[in-house]
Amino acid sequence: MAAIDLAQRDVPVVVLDEDNTVSVGSRAICYAKRTLEILDRLGCGEDVVQKGVRWSVGRVFHGSELTYQFDLLPETGHRRPAFVNLQQYHFEECLVRRAEALAHAELRWRHKVIDVAPSNDGVTLRVATPDGEYALTCDWLIVADGARSPVRHMLGLDTEGQVFRDRFLIADIHMTSDFPAERWFWFDPPFHPNQSALLHRQADNVWRVDFQLGWDADPDEEKKPERILPRLRAMLGAEAKFEIEWASVYTFACRRMRKFRHGRVLFAGDAAHLVSPFGARGANGGVQDVDNLIWKLDLVLKGLASDCLLDSYDVERVAAADENIRNSTRSTDFITPKSTVSRTFRDAVLSLAKKHPFARRLVNSGRLSVPAVLRDSPLNTPDRDADFAKTPDAMVPGAPAADAPVTALLGARVDLIQGSGAATIDAPVSLARGDWLLSYLIPGFTLLTFGDAVPVVQGGSITAGGVACGIVQVGSRAQADRTVISDKTGLVERRYDGRPGTSYLLRPDQHVCARWRAFDAGAVRRAMDRAMGAA
Amino acid sequence: MQGLNTAPNLPAPDDFYEELLDMHRGLTDAQSALVNAKLILILANHIGDPTILRAALEAAGEDVATRVAASRK
Repeated sequence: MAAIDLAQRDVPVVVLDEDNTVSVGSRAICYAKRTLEILDRLGCGEDVVQKGVRWSVGRVFHGSELTYQFDLLPETGHRRPAFVNLQQYHFEECLVRRAEALAHAELRWRHKVIDVAPSNDGVTLRVATPDGEYALTCDWLIVADGARSPVRHMLGLDTEGQVFRDRFLIADIHMTSDFPAERWFWFDPPFHPNQSALLHRQADNVWRVDFQLGWDADPDEEKKPERILPRLRAMLGAEAKFEIEWASVYTFACRRMRKFRHGRVLFAGDAAHLVSPFGARGANGGVQDVDNLIWKLDLVLKGLASDCLLDSYDVERVAAADENIRNSTRSTDFITPKSTVSRTFRDAVLSLAKKHPFARRLVNSGRLSVPAVLRDSPLNTPDRDADFAKTPDAMVPGAPAADAPVTALLGARVDLIQGSGAATIDAPVSLARGDWLLSYLIPGFTLLTFGDAVPVVQGGSITAGGVACGIVQVGSRAQADRTVISDKTGLVERRYDGRPGTSYLLRPDQHVCARWRAFDAGAVRRAMDRAMGAA
Repeated sequence: MQGLNTAPNLPAPDDFYEELLDMHRGLTDAQSALVNAKLILILANHIGDPTILRAALEAAGEDVATRVAASRK
């Protein structure tokens, strides 16, 4: 994924994978709306959505009764669904296909890193292949080699946090069934008393099941089909026809590295931080790491920003990892109570939830991944205008841009630009990119302004430190020198609390970094400088 | 919104105390613990205000010696 983002920005990148295949077993399966939006930016969102199973509803049962259900995206007007379920191997295949289509990305399979030597201006790797070893020097190294991260160990770095004393059986089964595409979670179900269970649909009639086993379960015994089959039959009924595709027994941890940046070595995904699976915050967190990192690395590589900008990757994504760990730990405390009193409160919540709506909000079978709002980021320009809406989903500095349906109003010039880097946007842009707001945000900075009275800016863009900021105007009249989009449903205005003059500065990763009630080119330039680490 | 009210506020304190104990009569310790937990959650939701709830948690935990080592990890 990092390779795709870099290669799209014309940065040459080499991917080393010790294996010769994508993931074995489906592992991560839930990809959140924000991940799909990031994939859209990387040119493979449609691929994943087409292949995957859309869902937004979760049901939580206690015993045999439904106690609570939630809809993660109850409103319309979003291009992407709340979640798509897809086996990790299919997800990886989509990424590999996209990376292979890009000239600047080179994938090297069965190339295993066996030694790492960082220096002040680069990193030298020793790489083992079936045909022998070789040395490889790079300017920057992104380490995304998973939870056990061999490279992290080679560098003598560790993660900190807690490991939970519980075991879970995870199995993917092939089954034709008319269960709905929803997330079903049971506390203490009749088919698996005193423990929890989960059922979730994936693509190609594959289903994920998850059984809590308790700390005393023997992982080797529980992995055997003769142990798994009776559990599945109890859950799915004696008549159900299914085959086990993959099964494993896991424990989990909520841990992270103290810092994700170590000079020219940058850690991302499970290599940097670990969460429990209840909440789909592992893979989705890793995707957001990459989204956050690559535009910064690109600016540094092109000499447009100091390498201090990469410290903000550390600050922003450590805060996001902590948020994921906090949510994941809370879910774990509910699913696997660690003490008698913790168990008593959990049972009290489940018992109250049958009758009292307030308690349903306390039932925690996993708080599903939502994108981090980078509220305390040093790259944000704090609000100067105090009259922005204060709703929980307000587009505060740090929030990822909300999507909404739009229509392009074409001006006199129609230029088509594709995949260009942050620094290369210097032409006036007026182009149709479909029916969704996010597809109008260019790979560099974008100023989203509301109303028809936005002053003319020479060339249709504002420049700070050699980096251009494209202008996308939400208005009703086509303009010759910029993209104008029509807010046909009023949702852009509502989601952004937009009024004539309201302007949002969006980073290349589509996060808001500043906003104003009136357009001010100087303020935009200063906010861009700040977002590039210069202030 | 005012802070946690620890001044007398129950119109008939002895009546309430009796009703509280009546509710627990005949329950095992585990059942009583469950009922207490439910009661705390019901009252907490009724109060709602996080400042008051936090003050109540602090007031309840005060002077309980074992609390410090066990929960402040």
